[in-house]
Amino acid sequence: MSEVEVRNFTINFGPVHPSAHGVLRLILELDGELVERVDPHVGLLHRGTEKLIEYKTYLQAIPYFDRLDYVAPMNQEHAFALAVEKLLGIGVPRRGQLIRVLYSEIGRLLSHLLNVTTQALDIGALTPPLWGFEEREKLMIFYERASGARMHASYFRPGGVHQDLPQALIDDIQAFCDTFPKALDDIDRLLTENRIFKQRNVDIGVVPLDDAWAFGFSGVMVRGSGAAWDLRKAQPYECYDELDFDIPVGRHGDCYDRYLVRMEEMRQSTRIMKQCIAKLNAPDGKGPVSSLDGKVVPPSRGEMKRSMEALIHHFKLYTEGYKVPAGEVYAAVEAPKGEFGVYLVSDGTNKPYRCKIRAPGFAHLQAMDYLCRGHMLADVAAILGSLDIVFGEVDR
Amino acid sequence: MDESIQVEPLKELGEHITRSLGEAVVSSEMAYGELTLTVARESIVDVATFLRDDPECRFISIVDVCGVDYPEREKRFDVVYHFLSPRLNQRVRVKLEADDVEPVPSITGVFPGANWFEREVYDLYGVLFSGHPDLRRILTDYGFDGHPLRKDFPLTGFVEVRYDEERKRVAYQPVRLTQEFRTFDYLSPWEGTDYVLPGDEKAKQ
Repeated sequence: MSEVEVRNFTINFGPVHPSAHGVLRLILELDGELVERVDPHVGLLHRGTEKLIEYKTYLQAIPYFDRLDYVAPMNQEHAFALAVEKLLGIGVPRRGQLIRVLYSEIGRLLSHLLNVTTQALDIGALTPPLWGFEEREKLMIFYERASGARMHASYFRPGGVHQDLPQALIDDIQAFCDTFPKALDDIDRLLTENRIFKQRNVDIGVVPLDDAWAFGFSGVMVRGSGAAWDLRKAQPYECYDELDFDIPVGRHGDCYDRYLVRMEEMRQSTRIMKQCIAKLNAPDGKGPVSSLDGKVVPPSRGEMKRSMEALIHHFKLYTEGYKVPAGEVYAAVEAPKGEFGVYLVSDGTNKPYRCKIRAPGFAHLQAMDYLCRGHMLADVAAILGSLDIVFGEVDR
Repeated sequence: MDESIQVEPLKELGEHITRSLGEAVVSSEMAYGELTLTVARESIVDVATFLRDDPECRFISIVDVCGVDYPEREKRFDVVYHFLSPRLNQRVRVKLEADDVEPVPSITGVFPGANWFEREVYDLYGVLFSGHPDLRRILTDYGFDGHPLRKDFPLTGFVEVRYDEERKRVAYQPVRLTQEFRTFDYLSPWEGTDYVLPGDEKAKQ
C-alpha cells in the first residue's frame, strides 16, 4: 500500500454562521475531523464604544452600555453606574437598590434563557429556543414597562434608577415569578436527561480550575469548574448581602456542568426576584428611587415646572452634565456572562478621560484555541455555545 | 461593599508587596478603597509572577490589561493591569509607563489570559509588547492604519467604508462629513476657563 500524503485542512467558520452567535470568524485547522488549531478573528462588530464615551458626558455614556451585551442590557449599565457613584461618593436609596437588583436578575434570566436554549439549538434541538423565547418575551415587556424600551433601556443612572416602578408592574413580576419555575422545569425535562444533549456536552470543553483563573475566566466559567466564586456573594454590591440565595457549582468543568449551573442560577434568580418584590412591597421599601443630590440626579418633570432651582439644575445637567472628581476606579458586577467591569479614569471634567470596558466574553473567547484543541469539528459549536459569547461586548 | 473591612488588609498587602519587590515598585497608593502599584516597565513580568505565586498574595486571575493615553507626558501611555485574588477576595491594580517605541515585556508567559488584552492595547494604542507570541491587531479592520484610542486620533477616523456596486466590493475612501463635526464645550464658563471668553479681551484695554 502506498503512503498517502496527509495534509491539514483549513476552513473558515463564519463570520455569518448561525452557530457563531453573531459575527465571529474562526480559522480552523483540521486534521481529518480533529481540530488542531483555532484562530478566532474578532472585531467585526467593533464600534469604538470606548472612544465614543470619551466624547460624551457621563449621562450620555449610559446608552452605550446597553449595546454591549444586548442580551442583558441593564447589567452593563449597572457596572458603569457603580463606577461613577464610587468616584462621586454618592449612595443609592434603598428602593433604588432593590429595583436595580430586581432588574439585574431579570437580565440574568434573559441572558441564561437565551444561552441555554441556543446552546441546545447549536447541537440540534429546535424546541428549547421556542419555549425559552416565550419567557424572554415576557421579561422584555417588563423592561419596556419600566423604561420604555425593550432592550436599550438606559434605566440605571448614576445615583439610582430613572423612574419608579408602578405597583401593577411589581405585581405582574410577582405573578411571573410564580409561573416561571414551571416553564423552566419544562425546558429542564427537555434537555437535562436528553441522551443526545448529554452525548454532545458531557466531557466536552473541560477547563481545570487553575487554567480557568489564569485565562481570566469569571462567572459561570469558573463556577462550572468548581469555584464557588460569585461577586454577588464575594464582593456584594447594592443589597445582595441581605438576600438569600445559593451559588451553584459544577464539578467537571465541561459544557454540561456549565449548562446545569446556568439552569440552577435561573432558579436562584427567581428566588432573589421574589425577595426583592417582598422588600419593595414592605414599608421600608418605599421612598425615592434615586439619590436626592440635585447636583447629580435631574429633578422630576413636575418639580421642574414649579421650582426655579429645579429648572436650572435640569438645564445644567442635560447640557454641561456633572463634573466627576479626578481619580480612577474599577467597578465590577456579576453580569450573567461573568465579571463585567468598568475601569474609569476621570480628569475632573464632565466627560470620562478613559473608560475601559472589561467584558467577560473577551476573556472567554481567547481560550477558544485552548478549549477546542483535540476536539471534533462538531464540538466547536457546542463549546462556543457554552462559552456564552455575545459579540456586542467582545468587540465593543 | 463594606469599605472599613476591606481597606485595612489591602493596605497591609500593599506594604507587603512593596517590601518584597523592592525597587521594582515605584510607588503605591490607596484611593477609593483600591490599591494601585506603579512599577518599573522592565520588571512587570517579575511583579506579575510574584503576585501570582507569593503565598500571601495569590493573585491568580488576570482581570484586565488596558492602556491610557496622556499625550502631554514624555512617556505618553499608561499600561494598567488588574489582578484578582479569589483567596484573599482582593483586587490590585498595577500601572507602568510606556511609549510607542520601547516595548513592554509581555506577561503572557505568566498569565495566558493576557494574550488578547495585550493585543488590544497594541491595536488601540500602539504600545509594543516584547515576547508576545502573536502580536497582531485584534479589534480594528484588516489593514487598518493608526491607533484609534490615542487622544490625537479623531473620533470620526480617516477612512469610511461603503459597498461599491460597480466594482462589486467594499471600497475605502477618505471620510467626508456632510455636516461639520460638532464638539461643544459645555464646561461652565463661570468656573474659570483656560481660554479667553468672547468679549473679555476688551476688558483689559
